[in-house]
Amino acid sequence: MSLLDVKNLSISFATPRGRLAAVRDLSFSLKAGETLALVGESGCGKSLTALALLGLLEPPAVMEGNGIFLEGRNLLTLDEPTLRSLRGSRIAMIFQEPMTALNPVLTVGEQIMEVITEHEGGGRRAARARAVALMEKVRIPDAERRFAEYPHRLSGGLRQRVMIAMALACSPAVLIADEPTTALDVTIQAQILDLIGTLKRENGTAVLFITHDLGLVGQHADRVMVMYAGRVVEERTAADLFADPLHPYTRGLIAARPGLGGSGRRERLMEIPGTVPGLGAMPVGCAFSPRCAFADDLCRSTVPTSIDQAGGRIACHHSEGIHDREPAIRRIGNS
Amino acid sequence: MAFPDSLILSADGTGSHPRFALLRRLLRRPSALCGLVLMAAILAMAVLAHPLYPDDPLDMVAAPFLHPGTDAAFPLGSDMLGRDLAAGIFHGARISLLIGVVAALVSLVIGIGIGALSGYYGGRIDAGLMRLTELFQTIPPFLFSLAIVAILQPSIATITGAIGITAWPGLARLVRAEVLKLRHSELVEASISLGASDARIILLHILPNVLAPIVVSASILVASAILSESSLAFLGLGDPNVVSWGGMVGAGREVIRTDWYVATIPGIAILAAVLALNLLGDGLNDALNRKGQRR
Repeated sequence: MSLLDVKNLSISFATPRGRLAAVRDLSFSLKAGETLALVGESGCGKSLTALALLGLLEPPAVMEGNGIFLEGRNLLTLDEPTLRSLRGSRIAMIFQEPMTALNPVLTVGEQIMEVITEHEGGGRRAARARAVALMEKVRIPDAERRFAEYPHRLSGGLRQRVMIAMALACSPAVLIADEPTTALDVTIQAQILDLIGTLKRENGTAVLFITHDLGLVGQHADRVMVMYAGRVVEERTAADLFADPLHPYTRGLIAARPGLGGSGRRERLMEIPGTVPGLGAMPVGCAFSPRCAFADDLCRSTVPTSIDQAGGRIACHHSEGIHDREPAIRRIGNS
Repeated sequence: MAFPDSLILSADGTGSHPRFALLRRLLRRPSALCGLVLMAAILAMAVLAHPLYPDDPLDMVAAPFLHPGTDAAFPLGSDMLGRDLAAGIFHGARISLLIGVVAALVSLVIGIGIGALSGYYGGRIDAGLMRLTELFQTIPPFLFSLAIVAILQPSIATITGAIGITAWPGLARLVRAEVLKLRHSELVEASISLGASDARIILLHILPNVLAPIVVSASILVASAILSESSLAFLGLGDPNVVSWGGMVGAGREVIRTDWYVATIPGIAILAAVLALNLLGDGLNDALNRKGQRR
C-alpha cells in the first residue's frame, strides 16, 4: 500500500511577468518502509516539492494538481487545522541545518516534548519520559543529561539527531529528509543516514530523501527520481539507475562523479556543459536539450513525456537508443 | 547565523548559568554599573519610604523654607508650606516607579501584541494594525496623554493608563520588524512542519528569540513614563492626593529665585531615575547584543 501518492503536482510562482513554473507534473508514490531519493541540482524544485507536501508553500507560490494523497487523504483539499494536525504526526520533515531549525532559547528536551504535547496532549511528566526515550532511540548518548542542554551546546550530529527525534516523535507515516546531512561531516553523515534507515525499518516509515549527492543515494535509497528543471527525467530503482542510467542527464551526473582512482592516474572529471535554464527562460522542448549531446529538432520542439521503460520511467525522446550513442557522451565529458 | 542576539543571550562559553553570564557582562560595563547602583538606590528609597517616613509626606511638619543642612531632623529642608522634602523624595520614588513600571507594562502588552500579530500574519491584519499604529504616532504622545488625563480627572490609574496607551507605537514597530525577520526562518518553518499552532509558534518560538530588543526598549519605556508622569504633575495634572517629584518641581518653581532647592532637589531625583534607566538600557543593549564586539 502506498502511504504517499502525488498525482500531477505542479508548483508555480505568480509574478508580474506571469506564471513561472518551478515544478511540473510531478507524480510518484511512496510505500511503507521504502526510501525514495529525489535527486537534482540546486534550484531544480526538490525543496519546493518537500514544502508543498507539507502544505508550507506561501504566496506567490501556487500549487496545482490532481492530489497529494497521504494515507488516502488528499492534502490539497484539507483545511488548515486538519493539515496542522497531520504535520508532525503523520508527515514530518528533517531540515538541512539543525542549528537554524532548532529554537536557541529552549532546551532540546523541551522542544521534543513540545511536539508530543502538541499532537497527543497528556501530562508533562509522561511527555518528558517519552522525549528521553526518543533521544535514546536516536542514539544520543547520556540522553537524560542532554535533555536539559541548549542546541548550541550540542555538536552538529547530535543536533541533527534531536531534529530526527522531533520528526519521529509521533511515528509519522512519511518522513521527508531535505538534505539532512549537508551541514555535517562526512563521518557523521553516514551515521545519521544509517540511523534514518534503521528507524525507517523499525517503524515502517516511508522516507523521501532529498539530496544532490548521488553517492549517498546508491547506499541509502531504494528508488531514485532524478529531477531536472522542475521535471522528473528518470525514475528507476537505485541499483538499475547506477548500473545503466538511461537519461542523458542522469548519465552526465553519474559520469561527473569523482571515482576512487584505481589507476592512480589523475583523471579529468566529466562535466555537463552549460547551466540549468532559469525559470523564465525554459526552452520550448526538452529542458535539457541545450546541454544534451543527443538533442535533435524533436528534442528542441517537443517536451518528452514520461514513458515506462526498463523497470522505471524515463522522459527522453532518445533513451531507447542511448547505448548506441555512448561515444557521444564521452566526447562531451572530455571536450 | 539567523539568531545572533538570542544565541548570545545564553551562549557564553564559560559553562556557567546563562542568566548569571548576562549579569556579569552587565556589571563589567562602568556605565551599566552606575545605572544599576542608581536604580538600586531609588528602589531602596521607595522601599524605605514608609518605614522612615510613616506620616503623610504632604503634612506640614516643619517651619517653611528650611534650607537643606540647617536642621538634622530635615536633611533636605522643607518647602514653602513646611513639608519635609526628604519625605517627599522618598514617597515620590514610590509613585514614580509605580507609574513608570505599570505604564511601561501597559505599553509592552499593547506593543508586543500588535507588533507580533502584525509581523506574523502580515497582509490585511498587518495593514490594519499598522494604520492604527500610525494613527497613534501622528498625535504627539505627551499631548495625547495630557488630553486623556485632563478629560478623565487625574488619579494614579488614569495617569498610568494615559501614559501606557500612548507610548506603545514605537515598540509595536520594533516588535513587528523583529517578528517579520523570524517569520520565514527555518525555525518557524520547522515548527510549522511539526504541526505547531500559530499561538505556540509566536509565544514559544518567536517572542523568546526577539526578547533582547524588547528588554532594552522596556527600560527606556519606564524612563520615559517616569518623565511623562513628572511632566504631567509639573503642569498640575498629577494625582492631588499623592506626592510626586514632578509636582514638587512644579510647586518649587515659583520660589526658585529665593529658595532654589525646593525645585532643584526633586529635579535631581527625576534626573537620577531617568539617567539610571537609560544607562541600564544602554548596558543591556551592549550585553545582549554583542555582534560588533565579538569579531
